[in-house]
Amino acid sequence: MSGVVHRPASAAEVAEAVRGAELVLPRGGGTKPALWSAEGAEVLDVSALSGITEYLPSEYTVTALAGTPLAEVEARLAAEGQYLPFDPLLVAAGSTVGGAVAAGANGPGRLRYGGLRDFLLAVTFVDGRGEIVRGGAKVVKNAAGFDLPKLMVGSLGRLGVLTECTFKVFPHPENCATLRVAGMALDEAIEAAGRVGAGAVEIECLDLVHGLAGWDLEIRIGGRSFALDARLKRAADLLDTDVATLSGDADARHWRARREFGWASTDASVLKLPLTPATAGALEQVLADLDASQVARVYSAGIQQAFVAWPAERVADLPALDRALSEAKLTALALRAPAEAANQPILGYRTGGELLRRVEQALDPAGRFGRLE
Amino acid sequence: MTTTGAANFHDALTQRLGPDRVLTGAAPMAAYESDALTAFRARPRAVVLVDSAEEVVDVVRLCAAASVPFLARGSGTSLSGGSLPVHDGVVIAMNRLNRILEVDPVRRTAVVEPGVVNLAVSDAAAPYGLYYSPDPSSQSVCTIGGNLAFNSGGAHCLKYGMTSNHVLGLEVVLPDGDVIEIGGDSLESVGPDLVGLFVGSEGLFGIATRITLRLLPKPETYFTLLAAYDSLAAAGEAVAAVVASGLLPGAMEIMDNLAIEAAEAAVGAGYPLDAEGLLIVELEGEKQQVAAESELLLEVVRRSKPYLEHIASDPDDRMRIWKGRKSAFSAVGRLSPDYIVQDGVVPRSRLGEALTKIQHLGEEHGIRVANVFHAGDGNLHPLILFDGRVEGELERAEELAGEILRLCIDLGGSITGEHGVGMEKRQYLGEMFDEADLDAMRRIRLAIDPGELANRGKMFPDAEAPALLSHGPHPLEVAGVISRE
Repeated sequence: MSGVVHRPASAAEVAEAVRGAELVLPRGGGTKPALWSAEGAEVLDVSALSGITEYLPSEYTVTALAGTPLAEVEARLAAEGQYLPFDPLLVAAGSTVGGAVAAGANGPGRLRYGGLRDFLLAVTFVDGRGEIVRGGAKVVKNAAGFDLPKLMVGSLGRLGVLTECTFKVFPHPENCATLRVAGMALDEAIEAAGRVGAGAVEIECLDLVHGLAGWDLEIRIGGRSFALDARLKRAADLLDTDVATLSGDADARHWRARREFGWASTDASVLKLPLTPATAGALEQVLADLDASQVARVYSAGIQQAFVAWPAERVADLPALDRALSEAKLTALALRAPAEAANQPILGYRTGGELLRRVEQALDPAGRFGRLE
Repeated sequence: MTTTGAANFHDALTQRLGPDRVLTGAAPMAAYESDALTAFRARPRAVVLVDSAEEVVDVVRLCAAASVPFLARGSGTSLSGGSLPVHDGVVIAMNRLNRILEVDPVRRTAVVEPGVVNLAVSDAAAPYGLYYSPDPSSQSVCTIGGNLAFNSGGAHCLKYGMTSNHVLGLEVVLPDGDVIEIGGDSLESVGPDLVGLFVGSEGLFGIATRITLRLLPKPETYFTLLAAYDSLAAAGEAVAAVVASGLLPGAMEIMDNLAIEAAEAAVGAGYPLDAEGLLIVELEGEKQQVAAESELLLEVVRRSKPYLEHIASDPDDRMRIWKGRKSAFSAVGRLSPDYIVQDGVVPRSRLGEALTKIQHLGEEHGIRVANVFHAGDGNLHPLILFDGRVEGELERAEELAGEILRLCIDLGGSITGEHGVGMEKRQYLGEMFDEADLDAMRRIRLAIDPGELANRGKMFPDAEAPALLSHGPHPLEVAGVISRE
């Protein structure tokens, strides 16, 4: 960081700040330092760009300024029985709308209907030339023009500073409960997860949590209260072992803590890695090779992503992890990470470099947001 | 290009592909001169039939070296003129690239070539209890490559999204012949969503040659309800009530009287001919859940007072109901020698207002309009009926189509929900977006394709693309090979 912090109160002021900067990165709630704390970069604090600008429950759409805390959005939706199905992370910690989009990261609930990319309908952002650009439309279906909203998902502040976002929202399941099997071997847990996943029961969340006694398999089911017990039983029958059940407030608290990374020590770096049930083994191998088999981690959303808490005392090994991930063709995003990782929030294997380079050239020719490698 | 240059370019193509797979001349190329937007026609320089991704790369490189524009074409079912040839450019026919390379039931993915027909993916996934969700009406002929380029939708988009929500990874030939990989096998990714940018880019960023699709488990059961109303507004109100109830149906469709009449004449779906508005609502999922939801759905729909309701009794009955809906576009051809299928989106709560205004606009222009729409997501498909042989009718129909699009913009919606901008809606993109928005899109296009070779002339309002007006349905449509949505 350069120490310079701008606090714009409008998109026009964001544009002005971008035009006047050599290197600048946006910050919302500040919950994901690896996204905004690059060396020498001025900080564009967008927290004053806050507020829900339009919420139409009957349209399933909500629009908010980029600095709006997700907690505010979720509370407003909950009052109408709706929610953000991609299940945003670090909500209680203060994560904002813009930060969630820029990180492109989702919680365990993304399993049911999709991730943030599937629920972002429209964006307004300031590009690297200081121009205010709008993409998408504030309706649930649209195919006009290039899909700039999707391009901004995961852009890590490097393609533009978001100022406003519109999401599709859904009705929240009437009731949810969770089945839990403790202390499984990983391959056993993956196999059981596959069996339940291939069954007819529709699942909200499916996570494997690494613990001292092996892996805990957790399966969350949601829907009409009337049918919930029968559906839980149906899923439990497929597990064919001792199953504990969480319901009501305990269930809600449990999954909220998961997405707040309450299971990781507060000074650990939290990494997100795209995964499939077939590549979980490769990640295990990388960790074993680095003598890190005991790090806290969760294979989340039907084993489509891993969250790994890399211990603070092993920060010096992040470059080794970066190399090992590249060799294993795995990619990681440092969501929460120390300054050492901040110049390059992406670790491991990359694709699409040539296309990304051309897009960066188009939207930020002077490199004011820096370049992703 | 000089005559010698043109001859050299042609020689290079035939040298690479052999003379049989390089079509030139009016007769062999006739079927490629137009797509499902039949009012336009353009003659390419050549049509090449490629057999492999390597051939796509080589053809693109030859085009790039000679600055010849090109576009990839699947089955030519684009309703926005997206696969209309670029005049004097090369059409790369992708239909032979139709292999399903892999179906992985554990990862729930399919890896396919772009010429694979949409429905073939679901067929290949069926043995594993999986299916490919996006279901455009033309799904028995349209290809995944075209679906991808135009982010095609269908009747079941509200719950599970459009094509873009089901594409995980791509191998892409950029317009200069560079080959890149983007995305992967996982539902999750890291970094800017380049797959998301590529899908729906209307062929302007190059050609996808290998596509990883997400498959979904087939719903255990369906509950399909048909409700008939004596006004279109009442059917619209029922949709609003279903949404307010907290239910999330897989599909909610409405047809008006003219569309019902056409569909009934074409396939005999058993629709009530006297209905002014016909609502189809479908719940899908696991048995217990659907059973619980269907009770609530019936209660909500009955409160909207349909004069007739029908619950699909078995899978055949369900298929019949959907066949009527999916054939509605081509069926309208029975009512009129020519028609334009429009595709606009309005906020769901303003559907009633939009339909009333469309009716008035039709009356003002003296043109009949049939309406079929994906009510769940506010996606209108007005079918504008005209006779191209009557002096001035085509012009009036196009004028009406334009006014409908402006109405969608005014109501806060979009000029296209699932057909894309293509050739047809280029002049309206600038009404939906500001100059700065279009400029950003143009800059991205030029950074990726400085020579504007890939599908030149599409999407951007100021793009050049000579085309001639014509009359009548597409030859493949007459033959029953393609249909419109």
